[in-house]
Amino acid sequence: MNMKLETLVIDPPAPTRKIGGVILDLQNISLRFGGVKALTDISFDIREHEIRAIIGPNGAGKSSMLNVINGVYHPQEGRIVFRGQERRQMEPHMAATQGIARTFQNIALFKGMTVLDNIMTGRITKMKSTFVEHALWFGRARQEELAHRRKAEEVIDFLEIQHIRKTPVGRLPYGLQKRVELGRALAAEPSMLLLDEPMAGMNVEEKQDMCRFILDVNDQFGTTIVLIEHDMGVVMDISDRVVVLDYGKKIGDGVPDEVKNNEEVIKAYLGAGH
Amino acid sequence: MPVEASIAAPDGLHTFPRLLFHHARVRGDAPAMREKDLGIWQTWTWAEVADRVRALACGLAALGFRRGDNLAVIGDNRPHLYMMMTAVQCLGGVPVPLYQDAVATEMLFVLQDAGIRFAMVEDQEQVDKLLEVRDQLPLLEHIVYDDPRGMRHYNQPFLHDIHELMEMGRIHDRNHPDFLDTQVEQGHYDDVSVMLYTSGTTGKPKGVCQTHAAFIAAAQGGIEVDHMTPDGDILSYLPMAWVGDHLFSFAQAMVAGFTINCPESGDTVMTDLREIGPTYYFAPPRVFEGLLTQVMIRMEDAGAIKRRLFHYFMAVAKRCGAEILDGKPVPLTDRLLYGLGNFLVYGPLRNVLGLSRVRVAYTAGAAIGPDLFRFYRSIGINLKQFYGQTETCAYVCLQPDGEIKLDSVGRPGPGVEIRIADNGEVLVKGPMLLKGYYKRPDATAESIDGDGFFMTGDAGFIDEDGHLKIIDRAKDVGKLSNGAMFAPNYIENKLKFFQHIKEAVCFGHDRDRVCAFLNIDMGAVGNWAERRGIAYSGYTDLAGKPEVRDLILACVNEVNAALANDAMVADSQIHRFLVLHKELDPDDDELTRTRKVRRNFVAEKYAVLIDALYTGKDSQFIETEVKFEDGRRGKVAANLRIVDARTFPAVKKAA
Repeated sequence: MNMKLETLVIDPPAPTRKIGGVILDLQNISLRFGGVKALTDISFDIREHEIRAIIGPNGAGKSSMLNVINGVYHPQEGRIVFRGQERRQMEPHMAATQGIARTFQNIALFKGMTVLDNIMTGRITKMKSTFVEHALWFGRARQEELAHRRKAEEVIDFLEIQHIRKTPVGRLPYGLQKRVELGRALAAEPSMLLLDEPMAGMNVEEKQDMCRFILDVNDQFGTTIVLIEHDMGVVMDISDRVVVLDYGKKIGDGVPDEVKNNEEVIKAYLGAGH
Repeated sequence: MPVEASIAAPDGLHTFPRLLFHHARVRGDAPAMREKDLGIWQTWTWAEVADRVRALACGLAALGFRRGDNLAVIGDNRPHLYMMMTAVQCLGGVPVPLYQDAVATEMLFVLQDAGIRFAMVEDQEQVDKLLEVRDQLPLLEHIVYDDPRGMRHYNQPFLHDIHELMEMGRIHDRNHPDFLDTQVEQGHYDDVSVMLYTSGTTGKPKGVCQTHAAFIAAAQGGIEVDHMTPDGDILSYLPMAWVGDHLFSFAQAMVAGFTINCPESGDTVMTDLREIGPTYYFAPPRVFEGLLTQVMIRMEDAGAIKRRLFHYFMAVAKRCGAEILDGKPVPLTDRLLYGLGNFLVYGPLRNVLGLSRVRVAYTAGAAIGPDLFRFYRSIGINLKQFYGQTETCAYVCLQPDGEIKLDSVGRPGPGVEIRIADNGEVLVKGPMLLKGYYKRPDATAESIDGDGFFMTGDAGFIDEDGHLKIIDRAKDVGKLSNGAMFAPNYIENKLKFFQHIKEAVCFGHDRDRVCAFLNIDMGAVGNWAERRGIAYSGYTDLAGKPEVRDLILACVNEVNAALANDAMVADSQIHRFLVLHKELDPDDDELTRTRKVRRNFVAEKYAVLIDALYTGKDSQFIETEVKFEDGRRGKVAANLRIVDARTFPAVKKAA
């Protein structure tokens, strides 16, 4: 609230959001679990700074798709090109170091830890000092901890959760836990954020808050957002482009208005012969 | 208003800007303001605050701010907002703080009335509100905001980041080095220092113009009574538009030189309270009540040993804690036990509440329950009450240390003169009175009588110890047929302090004595009945039990005994009462939505009961239609017994 503000702005003040070139290109992805075809020959791309929604009925393969992007699942066929480089076999933590963070459909926080500690875990990939240094609170460990704490506090400030900073996550209502999970993902300062149903189970007010935070993240930090969501109103409102999956296949792709009027999409959602 | 009397300030420190620059000189390195930002308390020293105020004032001047302009201040308690007030005062302008949670349309009246050209707001939310009504504010020229978050896409030229303004100011200051000092020199103690709007529950809000002299006098009075020193801390969390905050967090801090602390957000006040440990604290009764409830709930969850320890020592505190605080004689054993209790229970408890360092805590705004008040005093927290209004800089009466009475608001502060009008209205005179209502000479003339006394609109009396007791709004006060004052709210509040009584309605205007309808509190009385094995089927049944009537009678007798102690209200003792068969309910239009009794409606609806009370009947049958929550209607009937209460002869003291 004073001169500190100049340093407070998280990362370079991104210019007003401008959708850039393709940063992640998924080409002909197929994923099988034994005989079950989760994804079949799916291609789409994600551009820098955009909000990209993946929608589809239950079991369409949305979460699998997210897991592929994230490196949890390894598709049997297809190419993934991330920032111009074809991705080989990779582990999820490598995704994290490459700047991809995510939240989960079912909240995956450490229930017994405080909000602050949970958000600090989002900084782990950026910590360089060793276990021994931390244990002894020695050398760079101290400097590093202070710097990371500051980042965590910036996230807390951004998400307006100062009042629960020291509260164990397990004691918080669902909507706030979801916000904390977003906070942990943001603490990693990702360039791409994967959100798996961030608004499931929320009431209208909580949804509005979450929408605002997603738009703010995208706008202020220029973060690319890939979003799975069932609330069509939300998806159509905030997404730049939408890809629609059904039974593991891509049935639609485009700006919200195109998708809304796509025959196949209507069929998938409302059933044939509606 | 005559003000010279109060200007005893040394070195001509009779305006707030002069006080600020004085502190910057004599205690430049001492903390003036703190604010928690990103989880860490940031401190501004007096020198830093003075530097910023200087930059802000010069920045405003560069934008074209002129002597006499009004500047709206809208937002939570933020250091920059407080600084801006002083910056405006440097230039001979008037800050006008507004309630920050009002919606735009509610703010509109004040913004138009005050002819706002400049506004200082906290954040995007407040900017949006102003933009929403901007087309109706042709005079509004510049908006300065403190928090830049979310403001990147706002490119209107009339919006200014506060840092940008300070930068402009620093350049202006370099080019015109003497400008600001000359401006400050021109400031006069009789200039208006702030304009606070009354809440406007009756009619349109009115802008109350207070001078530097008035607020400085009010601040000095309070500082003198409570011996405040520059090493104090206050947590500033109540709305800046409220006169109390302006007195405590602005005027007194400026005069005494203590530190104001701004919480991180509205939700974190309790945490911030613990971290800061203020020495000076204000809260309305409900906050104290909430704190106590939290403690009690958590004690229920504590282990058996801790719980017993707690209850044992709380009993000790109840017996002697308040007396020890007041410096009254207490038996040695109690004193020793209290000392032990202080080590084991009260000290840790004060710490948990964030009140370990408190020297003075104030409450006002509503009646505080006797148990609640005693609880805080008994664990060693110097909780007191005061009385004042926007028009009197929130400064009329204060309870001096050692003279604490639950139902009085204390003695008139230094320099304050009080008079009681024939109709019981409290009249006040002193250096802290308003200069006038903004652009409303008619209202000013109406509120100040020929002798220069301000008419508070509150009815009260001075008791035998010279303390002021406020009993009601003057317009609600009636007269008994023998001419004695009848203040229904005063009696009803006394009744409602008993946990078994939920609601009370007293009658007596133009009658020879006072009678009352009472509602039992279903929770408390139900619990009481259960413990005694009294079976009941529902509210009506329980309310009609003879045991319950006796329970309530005991309460009424106690109230009567208390009323008899004061000659002024001794005639208002309750002669007869009845316990109503149904709860007064907003759905039946008997209460307003804010749960205030609609006295006239109740009197009309239950006219037959009032007749029975005054004609001396023992009982009266009544059938009442009720509305259930689902909208259905039903009838409740009961034969109500009327009880005669004991009355006491008035205790007359030589007045």
